[in-house]
This record gives sequence, C-alpha cells and structure tokens, in this order.
Amino acid sequence: MELLEALSTKFNYWIYIIIMMIGLYAMISKNNLVKKLIGMSIFQTAIILFYVSIGVKEGATIPILYHDQVHPSHGYSHHKADTGHIEDHHPSHEEIVANLLIEPDDFGNPLPHVLMLTAIVVGVATLGVGLALTQKIYRDFGSIEESEILESIKSAK
Amino acid sequence: MIDQSPALILLAPFLLAILLALLGIKREWLCFPLVIAGLAISVAASVVTLLRVIDEGTIQYFFGGWEPPFGINLRVDGLNALVALAVSTVSLLTAIYSKRAVPAETSDKVSQFYTLYLLSVTGLLGIVLTGDAFNLYVLIEISALTSYALIGMGSRRATLAAYKYLIMGTIGASFYLLGVGYLYIKTGSLNMYDIQEQIVANNLHGSPSIFVAFVVIIVGVWIKMAFFPLHSWLPNSYAYGPSTTSALLGPLVTKVMIYVMIRMILTVFGPEFAFDQLDWSNIIVWMSVIAILAASISALAQASLQKILAFLIIAEVGYMVGGVWLADKMGMIGSIYHIIADAFMTLCVFLFAGIIFTKTGRHDISAMEGLFTKMPLTMVGFLVGAFSLIGIPPTAGFFSKWYLIQGGISSGHYEYVAALLISSLINAVIFFRIIEIAYFGSKPAEGHGYHHNEEQKDGTMEASFSMLFPLLITAAVLLGIGLYNQEVVEIITNFVSQFNIGAIIL
Amino acid sequence: MPSSLTSFTPVLATLVSLLAVLPIVLLGKRPNLREGATFLAAFIKFGLVVSMLPTILAGSTIEFTVWKIVPNLAIAFRVDGLGMLFGLVASSLWIVTSLYSIGYMRGLKEHSQTRFFTFFAISLSATIGVAFAANLFTLYLFYEMLSLATYPLVTHHQDKEARTGGRTYLTYLLSTSIGFVLPALIFVYVKTGSNMEFSNSGFLSGHITASEALILLLLFAFGFAKSGLMPFHSWLPGAMVAPTPVSALLHAVAVVKVGVFCILRVFTGVFGTDYLQDLDIATVVAWIAAFTVVVSSLIALTQDNLKRRLAFSTVGQLSYIILGAALLSDRAVTGSMTHIAMHAVGKITLFMCAGAIFVATGKKYISQMDGLGRKMPITFAAFSIGALSVIGLPPTGGLISKFYLVTGAMDADQTALLVIFLISTILNAAYLLPIGYRAFFPKDAQLANQPFSWKTTEEANWQCITPLSITAVLAILLFIKPQFLLQLAGLMVGTNG
Repeated sequence: MELLEALSTKFNYWIYIIIMMIGLYAMISKNNLVKKLIGMSIFQTAIILFYVSIGVKEGATIPILYHDQVHPSHGYSHHKADTGHIEDHHPSHEEIVANLLIEPDDFGNPLPHVLMLTAIVVGVATLGVGLALTQKIYRDFGSIEESEILESIKSAK
Repeated sequence: MIDQSPALILLAPFLLAILLALLGIKREWLCFPLVIAGLAISVAASVVTLLRVIDEGTIQYFFGGWEPPFGINLRVDGLNALVALAVSTVSLLTAIYSKRAVPAETSDKVSQFYTLYLLSVTGLLGIVLTGDAFNLYVLIEISALTSYALIGMGSRRATLAAYKYLIMGTIGASFYLLGVGYLYIKTGSLNMYDIQEQIVANNLHGSPSIFVAFVVIIVGVWIKMAFFPLHSWLPNSYAYGPSTTSALLGPLVTKVMIYVMIRMILTVFGPEFAFDQLDWSNIIVWMSVIAILAASISALAQASLQKILAFLIIAEVGYMVGGVWLADKMGMIGSIYHIIADAFMTLCVFLFAGIIFTKTGRHDISAMEGLFTKMPLTMVGFLVGAFSLIGIPPTAGFFSKWYLIQGGISSGHYEYVAALLISSLINAVIFFRIIEIAYFGSKPAEGHGYHHNEEQKDGTMEASFSMLFPLLITAAVLLGIGLYNQEVVEIITNFVSQFNIGAIIL
Repeated sequence: MPSSLTSFTPVLATLVSLLAVLPIVLLGKRPNLREGATFLAAFIKFGLVVSMLPTILAGSTIEFTVWKIVPNLAIAFRVDGLGMLFGLVASSLWIVTSLYSIGYMRGLKEHSQTRFFTFFAISLSATIGVAFAANLFTLYLFYEMLSLATYPLVTHHQDKEARTGGRTYLTYLLSTSIGFVLPALIFVYVKTGSNMEFSNSGFLSGHITASEALILLLLFAFGFAKSGLMPFHSWLPGAMVAPTPVSALLHAVAVVKVGVFCILRVFTGVFGTDYLQDLDIATVVAWIAAFTVVVSSLIALTQDNLKRRLAFSTVGQLSYIILGAALLSDRAVTGSMTHIAMHAVGKITLFMCAGAIFVATGKKYISQMDGLGRKMPITFAAFSIGALSVIGLPPTGGLISKFYLVTGAMDADQTALLVIFLISTILNAAYLLPIGYRAFFPKDAQLANQPFSWKTTEEANWQCITPLSITAVLAILLFIKPQFLLQLAGLMVGTNG
C-alpha cells in the first residue's frame, strides 16, 4: 500500500491523527457540553500541529535573512558609491536576489506557520462562541449535560 | 470604480458591519438603513461584476496589487459571478423583510443582530469570490461563527441547535482545512488556480496526498452543506432560529457550500481527477438518491412549516450533489442553475414561513387556515415558491429539474431521475396539504351546499409592506429566471464548457 | 404543399381569456359588468379562432414562436387541422357555457363567483394553449396550467366532499404528469437532439429503439391522465363535486378533451402513424382503451347519481377516441378527431341538462326523475338529443364519428375491436336512453296519466335553458353539416397516405 507507506515514514502524521481522533471522540461521545468543546479544541490543535509539522525541516532555522546574506562582503555595488556617478549606487531588487546566498533547506517554511496564526485565532473565536452558547444553554435549561437537556425538552412538550 | 467592483461586493457589507457595530448600539434607527445601504451596494457591484464577466470573461482582482501565487486575489468567472449575485440579492431581500421581524424577535439585540448579519453575508460572499484555498477556510469560519450566533438568538431550543451546529460545523471546516494542508504539501501553493496548474504540471493526479486531500475536503464540505446522512445539525438550527436568520441561512449556506464543492472539483482538482480517475459517480449518485428520498420522506412527517422546509433543503442538497456527480455536462449545468434557483425558492418559502409566524405566532401548518381569503397576496407569493419547489412550469424550479433530469438521462443514471420525480411528487403532496388547509380551513364544513358569504374579503390581514415586498419580488425573480433561464444557462454553459466533463462515458 | 403563415393570432386567441382575468377581478363587486367581461372575452376568442379557419381549411398552418425557453426549444404556437378543430369546439362552447354558468351560479346563489369566473377564464386560456401548441414542451406547459387552474373550480364548494374530490383530482393529474409525462418529455428531448416540433409524420422515427418507443408510448398514454384511461380514471367521477357548469365545460369538453387531444398529438405528431404501424405497438394502447370502454360503460349502468353516470360515460367515450387513434387507419383517426367535437357537443348538453334539473328541482338521482319530462320538456328533449349523439344514432353528429370509427376498425382488420365498438354502443344506449324515456313515460301510472300542459312546466331559468337548447340543435346540425370537421381532420391524415 502506497498510502500506508507514505504515512509510516512520517510519524508526525500518525501523531496528529491520533490527537485528532481523541478530539473527535470527545466531541461526539461526551455528554457534557464543555467537555465537547474541549474535544473540539484538541481536534483543532491537532490540525494546527499538522500544519506546523509540515513547515519544519531538520536543521533549519527561522526564515529571517541576516545582513551577510543580503549584503555579501565582496559585493560590487558599494565601491562606486563615492565616485559621484549618477548611476544607481544601490543594487536593484533583481541584483540582490541574484546575489543571495540562500539555500531553501536552511530555513523552515514560514507560510504554514503564518496560516496557523489565523487558524488559532479562528479556533479561539469558535471556542468563545461555543462557551457563550453553553452559558446561554445553562441559563435556559439549568444544565450542561446533554441528556438532561434533552430530557427537559421532552418533558416540556 | 468599475475596476473595483469585485472587491466592493465584499467590502460594502464588511465596512458597514464595522460602522454598524460602532454606531448602532446607541442609535438603533440607523441599523436598518445601514444594512440596506451596504447590501444594496453589494448587489449593484455584483450586477456590474456579472456584466463585466459576461463582457470580458474571467476577472482577476489583486488585493494590494500583489499577484498570485504570492498575493491574495479574487477571481470571478461565470460561476461565482452568478452565485455572488444570488447571494447578495437574497441577503438584501431578507434584510428588507427583517425590518419588522428583527425588532420583534430579538428586541434587545438589534444592532448586534445586524452586525452579525452583515458579517455573515460578507463571509458567504467571500467564500464565493475568493481564489485562495486558505482564505476560503477563514471565510467559511467567519460565516459559520456569525451564523451560530444568529441562530443562538432564537428560542431556548435554538441555542442548543446552534451549539450542535457549532460542533458539526467545526468538524466540517477543520476537515476542509486539513485537506488544504495536504494540497499545500504537494503543490506548495494555496491559490486555487495555481494548485490546479501544479497538479497538472507535476502530474500529481496519482499522488496519495492529493487523494487524501480530495476525500477530506469533500467530506468536510458535505458536512457543511448537510448532505444526508451528515445533515443532523440543520433541521433544528433552521427551525428554531429567528425567522430572519432562517431566511438568510436557509437559502444561502448550503448553496454556497455546494458552490465550494463544484469549485473544488472543477477548478482545484479538475474533473478528470474527480470524475474519471476516481470513478465514484455510481456510489455518490446512489448516496444522493438516498439523501433525496430520505429527506423528502422526513419532510412529509413534519408538522411544523420550518421543519418541513429544513428537510426540503436537505433534499435539494441531494439534487445538487447528485447532479454534480452525474459527471455529465447537463447535470453540472443543472446543478449550478439549481444553486441559483433553489436559493430563491427556499428564500420564498422561508419568507412566507416568517410572515406566518409573525402574524400568527405559530409554526405548525394548521396556522395557515383560511389564508387565501385573509392574506391573498402573501399566498400568491407562496404559491409561486411552492410551485417552483414542486417543479411546475414556468417557474425556475421546473427548469432546474429539466436540466438535472436531462443530465440523468444522458448519463444513464435513471435511479437519479426517479428520485427527482418522486421527490417532486412528495413536494406536491406537502405543499398541496398546506394549500388545502389555507383554502379550506383545517376543519372543512360538513356536507354539500355550504356557502360562504360573497363578502368574505373583509377579514384580510395582509402582512406589512416590508415583509410582503421581498416575498413578491422573490416570486417575480423565480418566474423571471424561469422564463429567461436560457440567459442564465448560457453563462453557466460558457463556464462549464471550459472543462472536460463527461468526456469519458463508457 | 401545405404552407405556413406567421401570425400573432394564435397567441392572442390563447391570451385573451387570460387578459380578461383583470377586468373580471376588478369588476368583482358588479356582477353584471363582470359577466359582460367574460362574454366579451369569449366572443373575441371565438372570433379569433374562426378568423383562422379559412386559412387552415385552405391547407396552411399558422405559426408563431414566442421565445426560446431552453436551448433549441421555444414556447411556440402552431395551428393545424386538429388544433383548429379542438380550438373551435372549446371556444364556441365557452360562450354557451358562460351563459349557462350565469344562470346556474345565480340560480343557486353560489359564493365566490368572481373566483369562479376568474379561474374559468384561465382554464380556457390553458385549453386553447394546448390546442395551438407547436411542440411537446408548450403542450406540457399549458397542460399543467390547466390542472392547477381547474383545482379551485373543482373544489368550489369548499366542503368536505370538495376537499376529497379535489385531492383525488390533483393527485391523479399531477402525479401522472410529473411522474410519467415529464420524464418522457425530457427523454424525447435528449434522444432527438432537442427537436420537439409536432409534424404530420412524427419526429421520433429513427431516434429510439422499439422497446424505448413502447415505454414512451405508455408513459404518454397514462401520463396524460386527463384522458381518463383506466386505471387512471377515478379523478373524473371524483371531480363531479364541482358545480355543473364546470363539469359541463371542463369535464365534458376542455379538461378531458385536452387529455385525449394530447394523446392524439403524441400518436400523430410525435410518433407518426406510419412509425407506430411499423413498430406495431399501438395495439397495446388500443386494448387498454377497449378495456376502459367496456368496463366504464358497465360501471355507468350501475350509477344512480346522474352526474356520476355521465362521468363514467365520459370515461368510456374518451377511450373511443384513444382507441380510434390507436387503430392507426386513416378513417379511424379521422373518426377519433371528429369524435372530439361530436362527443363534446353531446356530452355538454347532457351535463347542462343535469345542472338544469338540479337548479329547478334539486334532484341529483336518476331514480327521482321519473316523469320529470312532463315538467321540464325542453330540458329532457335536449337530453334525449344529447343522448342520441353520445350513443351515435341519427339524426345527430355522433353517428358520423362513430361511422368513421367503425369503418376505421374494419380498415385496420381489427374485428375484435369492432365487436367492442358494437357492444359498447349497446351499453351506451342502455345507460342513457332509459333516463329520457322514463322522464317522459314514467312507470308510475298516476304520473303517466297526468295531462301535459305548458303551463305546468317548471323549467330552470332562461340562462340555463337557452344554452342547452343551442347545443342540442348544434348536435343535429353537425349531423347535417359535418363536412368542415371532416375536412379539418382530413388535413391531419391526408399527408401520410
């Protein structure tokens, strides 16, 4: 199985799946509304973990460029600056890019991490709305146990 | 200004939502005009955009001038221009309806309600317009979070329904997010069109990651669109929420998610992958057949009008999912047309249900007793919506069935055709039961020769103008897009014919 | 060569009664003006239809395309011989029935008369729309419109009985049209590459296989359930809860004839008689129709309620028309087309008589009508003439069409079906003639010996009596001058042999 092989070589996938299933289990089977929300948080965190893990590279560092990398010490453009030539003495964007000494393997992929900042915000907001709803439910029904709430709806009929 | 039209569709409701949040609490009278203004601009911008799309073809709009794959863009083609117009129009009509309904049902939270309302619409419009797979997730959550709150403002039971919706909705959206992650692993891009290009360029169709991404995204979207058997969150949410909420979310949320499904299949993964390579058509069409029948029969068993309508939405979702997976060009056209048609017909009946609730304070169908004489104009509007759901010509619902059945026949899925017809008949039973009650009263007079007075019309209690107006406009729209369906279908056909659907029919 | 003209007249003829809805509703509080509007519309409609007659008789057709509604398919009108024939019947009888409705509705002081006349007008628009439809799609459109527009008429009394009748009515008509006709329609659309225009030789030939053709034929035959083909006939007796003018016009002329008209169209215009003959599948329908003819006649014999008996008689007579079409021989098809007109005139007379009896005496059952002929001589004279026409005896128009049907059966070498025609004629006589006879010559000696005098008659009001006399006379006139009907029908069968 190609699929299984692809998964077994990368244990981070297994871990996130296990965490995710724990969350899913809590969301579906817990009777307490707050516990369900905790499950939901775990579930979302698993996905965040997944994203973070795909951005990671072994031995890589944070994706910030150092001065040396952008302005290598033997660059050609600095020398002409004092001669008063009207020619542009600052390197153009293209020139810098051409001269960069960057190996993609040296840096972690920042994009998934950035995305997860948004996802965390969304997760917090969802949790907030969920807790607010739970509070309202508690005020209306006097309970946060799902079975008791369903019971009181039934008896109200 | 015209160049900015795609962004304006989104920004008008968004900016006004902020304005409303700031100003509305102290000045409640400002809320309604602001909402109408925002949505009217949005509708106008949608119309302009649609005309531009017809004229120029696909429009790209780059936020901040950054071009994809680095920047965020809106990409508008025939498909989402149409859907965006439908979404903005429906939300405008519902907003007009809400003038009296919102203060009556959520009197202490008028400004909050409208703020959320605008944000929700922004989210929905964003989903439709964005060209970025991750933004789509964020926008799904924006529209979802606001809709949980909008539903939660309803009765006691609405809060519980909103809570369940939150749990299910989060699972659905998270699945989608997961799928996007897998797509990103393989293609290194989040831009939908770029993803497709990468998949084709690197020949990734066989990749297990793409396969997992597809499965997870489709299942996530199915949860969000309440595709049977993943529908359990929907009926209570729409039945117990405030009537304005139901009239906004009922027509739009499921339809927008179907748009997402179509967008994913056609634009991101490509029909060759979704239909030819996976070859799931048979299973999914059968699933949709079961969805249609089960939902229709459940609708038949309900006593409350809102519940009936909620189950009908689930059945209609089955129509569209099935139509898409017929893997036939006509089926695809039918499904897309049905997105538009169904948005308006669902709106029509939900507005009607809202009016009845406002007038009688009841949800059960016996509240409709004798309405033909009491509220003749309201009933006219309702009849058009009901006929459309049944599929009686020349309403829009007839033509969407026409195209869908055509797709079913030409792709040889006769079980789908049969399901559509049976569901039409069940709809006929449901609506004529209501019509009968409205016409005869729930307890008809005994025996022959019972005569009413000629002067019966004195007891009219027609709904207020702000409620009646959107209902009648919706009815007119239903007839309009029915009679002029060719113009709509032409736009859809232009869009669909870019893709290679149904090329391989064995 | 048949030529075709483009003219707006067929559209106008269809729409005029729909436009009349506005004045009818607005004048709702002033009954005389309101009925004036109905009459005006009826006369204009008849005038428009008649104005097209010479063109059609000359062998041309009149066409008009309104607009394309789905790719390659338009809402379009086309008047040919068959459409003209049906249009003439429906529009002329509308005038008569309008007068009758006024007498009936006012005589019984019915409620909601405005609604009644409104939906009556809409129904007529739908009927003429069906008659002049140029393609299957337009036909279906107006067919559905008719089903819905007649619902408020059928359930006019708004009581329990009306509710049940109305429910049966819609259940049968909608479930068959949505369940059978719609898929058949779309199937044809898909298979033929979207050409659905009626033509004299059909357009299906070569597009479908023989077994598909049989399924389609049955879907159409049962789907147009307005034709009352068994087992989808029971809406018709159920719909008799309607006020009598509705039964008269709609359930003797418009609605049921729309059903058989559609079937005739499918036979001649969609399949084409030649194609059906090649496939040899029409006999299935012929036998279903023959079964319906005999069984419904037998049921009619047992009915005591006059309107119900007439309803079952209608079921049988409609199947005559279908049977004629299914025989496929030229003369049988001609016969079945003319029978639309002949039966319409005869049956509307019978229904109007039934209504007149109810208005005057409140009697609904045949057993109560002994000797009534002496009190209502005009009504029962008309009744007898109508009965003769339905049975097919001289001196009435019914003879002509029946003659064609019977000789058509001989042409088609269907001796068994010929026997069916004869048996059913006897049955027709058995359930219709005694009514008139007993009314004039009651068994009860006391009633029989009463001296007759015009002064003791108790006829219904003149608005009721005039129309039924007119149609009775019409039934006789059609015996004397049936040529133009035969000519119109001949136009339809002339081209293919």
